Amino acid sequence: MRRVVVTGLGLVTPLADGVEETWKRLLAGQSGAGTITQFDASQLATDYACEVKRGDGSDGTFNPDKYMEPKDQRKVDDFILFGIAAAQQAVEDSGWVPQTEKDRARTGVLIGSGIGGLKSIEQTTLLIKEKGPRRVSPFFIPGALINLISGQVSIRYGFKGPNHSVVTACSTGAHALGDAARLIKYGNADVMVAGGAEAAVCEIGIAGFNACKALSTKHKAEPQKASRPYDADRDGFVMGEGAGIVVLEELEHAKARGAKIYAEVLGYGLSGDAYHITAPNEDGDGAERAMRMALSDAGLAPADIDYINAHGTSTMADVIELGAVERLMGNAASKVTMSSTKSMTGHLLGAAGAIESIFAILALRDQVCPPTINLDTPAVDTMVDLAPNQARHREVKVVVNNSFGFGGTNASLVLGLAS
Amino acid sequence: MSDVADRVRKIVVEHLGVEEEKVTENASFIDDLGADSLDTVELVMAFEEEFGIEIPDDAAETIQTFGDAVKFISEAQ
Repeated sequence: MRRVVVTGLGLVTPLADGVEETWKRLLAGQSGAGTITQFDASQLATDYACEVKRGDGSDGTFNPDKYMEPKDQRKVDDFILFGIAAAQQAVEDSGWVPQTEKDRARTGVLIGSGIGGLKSIEQTTLLIKEKGPRRVSPFFIPGALINLISGQVSIRYGFKGPNHSVVTACSTGAHALGDAARLIKYGNADVMVAGGAEAAVCEIGIAGFNACKALSTKHKAEPQKASRPYDADRDGFVMGEGAGIVVLEELEHAKARGAKIYAEVLGYGLSGDAYHITAPNEDGDGAERAMRMALSDAGLAPADIDYINAHGTSTMADVIELGAVERLMGNAASKVTMSSTKSMTGHLLGAAGAIESIFAILALRDQVCPPTINLDTPAVDTMVDLAPNQARHREVKVVVNNSFGFGGTNASLVLGLAS
Repeated sequence: MSDVADRVRKIVVEHLGVEEEKVTENASFIDDLGADSLDTVELVMAFEEEFGIEIPDDAAETIQTFGDAVKFISEAQ
């Protein structure tokens, strides 16, 4: 049986550009939320989000010039720019540089997005209305297509293995990691660059989620208090943007080249709710079955789980996931720590499962679980430790990442320290 | 150097990210300045925008060098 390990990490988040800087701020309980700067959102029900902070690269700001030449940046939507940046970090972190044509053919890319180039679609639509169809850029379509991060990354590094992409709304990132791990297990590739990216903080993005009644609207005065999973005063999610990318590698391949191994992908589970286009089924059955499948794949019992990075979006659905975890864990629920890092990063939609899996991997590395901030008045009583407002230092050997998406699509990943 | 040439050169430098000195009379957008076929489409669109002219597709195909662009635009104006 081929085993899959994680050998590289890359992050662009609303907290910071880079893995270590993001992780430091996450453990300190910092929020990435603020009033939207990319466009005038004053007329919208929600005028705040967790945006990637652009700058010269100092103090954790995101400097796109580190990752792409300025002339090429305007040929891609921001979700592709974020994806390429996080992929560059992950590939460099892994140290994997294929030397032969065979190595290149055994290295693939599987990066997805929930929505793709929404900003470009919005801007190009306005341009057509104003100046006519002849003004549409030849780079509009290739700059907006969801699979073009996978394409761009393969071109940049010469990775000629499986080139694929995932689109499953807010489960995209978790599905991308799980599917990529399967491609390695099945023998289609030895190395996969996998993850998710999103950049939907634009007028139609915010207005669209507002229309679904999915976004928080009541915290214009204090955006940093808006994302508050499990809290009685939560009123919807706060949109985030950025990307999370990992390098997955077959264990023996990683060992043979002396790669640094962060964690092993132990199990992957998927399920569908078959219930509603935006709401999860209140019985939480889909979430529970995804977790059970992932544990079964890993050959582990519920009681083996130390930390769960929850989907926990700061909506009514938080308690549905919590209920599923309580049923899954039974009496062991009192021993697990489960936090929602969306309280700090906001909800990165198609990138969420990827960045949150990276946080779970870092929890394994450093034996500390990031907190759920703004959890002041828990909405429900639970035996589960939700790590309210303080990072939890504890033994962490097995972690789970949950991601659930519109359409009723659920994914769970089980990761552990590679033995 | 004519005003048209200066303005065309500025667009080429900006879109292709090349040194100004490399944009010479006979410099080919694709062979010398690193453009691909999509870049050339975008360049022609930028010329249209800058000079308020329309460059039909069959004419656009004949614009392969900096000199071609300056000549076409000067005549079209």
